[in-house]
Amino acid sequence: MAKRNGGGPATAESMASKQRDISVSEFFLKNRHLLGFDSPRRALLTAVKEAVDNSLDACEEGGILPEIAVELEQTAETRFRVTITDNGPGIVKNQIPKIFAKLLYGSKFHRLRMSRGQQGIGISAAGMYGQLTTGAATRILSRIKGAQVAHAMSVQIDTRQNKPAILSDTEQDWLPTFLPVNAEGQPEGDPVVSRHGTSVSIEMEAAYQRGRQSVDEFVKQCAIVNPHLSLHYRMTLITKADPKAKADATPAAPATVCVTYHRAIKLMPKIPDEILPHPHGVELGMLMQMLKDTESRTVRSALSSDFSRVSAQTALDICERAGIEPKTNPTRIAHQQSEALYKAIQGTKLMRPPTDCLSPIGEAQILAGLQKELRADFFTAVTREPAVYRGNPFQIEIGLAYARPQENEGLGNEEPVRVMRFANRVPLLYQGGACAMTKAVVGVNWKSYGLAQPKDALPLGPVVMLVHMASVWVPFTSESKDAIAGYAEIIDELTLGLQECGRRLSVFLHKRHHELEAARKRSYIEMYIPHLALGLKDILQLSDKEEDKVVTDLKKMLEKTHLDV
Amino acid sequence: MSKSTKIPNAPEIISKKAAAQKIMAVAGEIHTDIVKKHRKPEMVFPIRSLQNVRFDVKRGHFEILGKTATRTLSYNTVKTFAQSMRLLATTKNDLLDKDDIAGKREVYYNSKSWGECRFDEQPESDTLLDDIEAMLAINREQLGYIPEERGGDVTGPLVVIDQDPGNGKDIRIDCTKLGTGAWSIPSRVEHLRFEAGKAKFILAIETASLFQRLVHHRYYEKAHCILISMSGVPTRACRRFIRRLADDQKLPVLAFTDGDPYGYCNIYRTLKVGSGQAAHINRFFCVPQAHYLGVTPQDIADYELEDATHPLEEADIKRAKDALKNDPFIQHHKEWQDALNHMLKLGVRVEQQAFAKHGLNFVLDTYLPDKLKKNKYLP
Repeated sequence: MAKRNGGGPATAESMASKQRDISVSEFFLKNRHLLGFDSPRRALLTAVKEAVDNSLDACEEGGILPEIAVELEQTAETRFRVTITDNGPGIVKNQIPKIFAKLLYGSKFHRLRMSRGQQGIGISAAGMYGQLTTGAATRILSRIKGAQVAHAMSVQIDTRQNKPAILSDTEQDWLPTFLPVNAEGQPEGDPVVSRHGTSVSIEMEAAYQRGRQSVDEFVKQCAIVNPHLSLHYRMTLITKADPKAKADATPAAPATVCVTYHRAIKLMPKIPDEILPHPHGVELGMLMQMLKDTESRTVRSALSSDFSRVSAQTALDICERAGIEPKTNPTRIAHQQSEALYKAIQGTKLMRPPTDCLSPIGEAQILAGLQKELRADFFTAVTREPAVYRGNPFQIEIGLAYARPQENEGLGNEEPVRVMRFANRVPLLYQGGACAMTKAVVGVNWKSYGLAQPKDALPLGPVVMLVHMASVWVPFTSESKDAIAGYAEIIDELTLGLQECGRRLSVFLHKRHHELEAARKRSYIEMYIPHLALGLKDILQLSDKEEDKVVTDLKKMLEKTHLDV
Repeated sequence: MSKSTKIPNAPEIISKKAAAQKIMAVAGEIHTDIVKKHRKPEMVFPIRSLQNVRFDVKRGHFEILGKTATRTLSYNTVKTFAQSMRLLATTKNDLLDKDDIAGKREVYYNSKSWGECRFDEQPESDTLLDDIEAMLAINREQLGYIPEERGGDVTGPLVVIDQDPGNGKDIRIDCTKLGTGAWSIPSRVEHLRFEAGKAKFILAIETASLFQRLVHHRYYEKAHCILISMSGVPTRACRRFIRRLADDQKLPVLAFTDGDPYGYCNIYRTLKVGSGQAAHINRFFCVPQAHYLGVTPQDIADYELEDATHPLEEADIKRAKDALKNDPFIQHHKEWQDALNHMLKLGVRVEQQAFAKHGLNFVLDTYLPDKLKKNKYLP
């Protein structure tokens, strides 16, 4: 689009003088909200999230039980140093700069496989955010299995060319080391030392605040949904030397938070399989790109070898339907033809994509995760069978805990239930209202399961609901990956899972209600029977023994007939 | 004392010992049910409400029907059951065995030492006391419970022969010689005897202030009547006293109340035929020979009281309609239905004191003599 200058009409030449590459940094700064860096508080969380996602993905791919340390250290009023250390397989030296200092570089975008990261923007965006706000470089330490030393690197992004710039590159004798702490935050047990792993450290403008959208909450939810993870969290604030603070009797908020989330199970999640894209899940642009990139020499073979669930015969059918000669070179398919091909694909009945490529958390694992972080009287979990939306396989899992309100912060009979949302095991803390998961919870009639529920709102009660969607491609509503889009198939699966948990909850609540009622009745009866006996004793001059017999006989009689209502 | 010959139609007089034995029998049955028969004990009560009475025309009072309620021990009744046993124990051990008396409010306070079994409000203990009275078929006065409220006041040409509570000697009370005061009817009246040769009738009055006016002007001398102040709905003792006096001295009884549904359906009806609440003992506590003198709805026009009335309140209207629909006594008497309908149509009520419109003593100089001369009363 031509922009008009102050004077007369612009010429092609004058416009050309203004047309240039937009640097990634400019793009980033203008679109930081899309990537989750719109506020200092949120930037802190996003940086932690991207780094932890990468660590977990790396550990799992390497078949290593993950041990992760998350450290936040306030370095100035509005600055934090974020350091995430893992015991993953490490990164080979020449990949380090690209992974951490080049946007849109990664292993995950070009494949269809369930993983936490998807686009290869995350960690390098965090590094760039740090670079833009503080000028500091991203520092990486990495040691691969069997290596004698670790590589230590400082990298920055050349924001004009989206290329990594290496500031320093040395070798260090470094081993990833993790320090477990007890419930009071004091060191406990021996440090855990790994022979391999990676540590990334970014200094950035940030703000720390407790609450539902804090890093504290994020790491806790990570621990719940990854029961095979051992996570060490340390957050240190600058203690201000405030002269008034001495006189003040009320102590300031703790300047340090130290928590170890212990591993609950030693079972690694199944490594998800990579699948070919299903034709029904492919957009027109993507289809054109794939035709261009294919190694096949005919449209027909491109269709059958680059997509899942397309046999040679089906490919032939599609070509016929699109009016395309099957032997046409796929790179030569014109725009109009590709549109016809796209329509033909959409109109062709195809087998659903394979669904065994997903790696759900599993019911036992969800229970283990909830049980270690919540004090509750009832836990249940449901892993639904895989389903498909727009050609993408996905799987819904629901966990539900009925907590003891007095033992869990923020939970109560009059409080809305707490919905913890996860996509491919990553906690989603923002945009809850816009997310299909929240909508599905609101859409279920919880009253029939024994929870109060205001109209068009979350039900009330000391309940935590864990909602997880596993998919080769999670349909986020934006690149900041906060909320899941409400495809009908997804909402349906969510609803069925929630209803199943609701039915189990209702059984529990019923049983509990009866038990409470029976206990109440028992104590009521036990309160008055002695008086009845005493009255009889006084009237009939019974002995103490006879009085006792009246009491015992009556208790037996009433409990037998009136307690199991 | 064999009362059936001496005092006809009197409540059965039961010795304290016999009453105590009756309590022990009830308790014994409950005890046997629990420890021997291993079944849930029960208590059976006659139902005390207008639903369980009929108007016995021959006897002239509400007679109880056979309906009973059974209270079986259960989770829901265990508290009442326990309270009943403790109340029975107190009744037997503290009142009957020790020949003592207690007021209803004292019963309520006494229960405060029973821990969680205590009565929270007095109506609870009052209801239970009524239940026990009905269950034992012994009126509570004989169990040692005395009413809190006063029985009523009497003056007029009457000598009451009472007994000294200490030595049992007769005490003669001449009700003409009480000056400006009156004699209070005691809570127990069975032992009283009467001499009332000069009296021609008994006049039972609703309000104490009108009673005072009649006493002040010694109306009873002029009219040769015994005056009784009921102060609202007559107490059991008051009803029983009037009944015994009227039976004994063969005197007609006239009632003079406010002209409103409460005066007709509660005060007069209860005086004459008893109440639903006390259905089980009405036959003693009623005055079937009573008639209604006024103030009738017709009197409003006859004595030009239209400008001395008050509009009927919602509660009055409800009471009148309720009586027309449910009260067996009103349903029996066409005259009363007409009177109530007349009042509903007028939409007003009239008080005894309204006659003061024509002068303070109009009521005794004109109204009462006039009514007595006409000798026409409501049944």
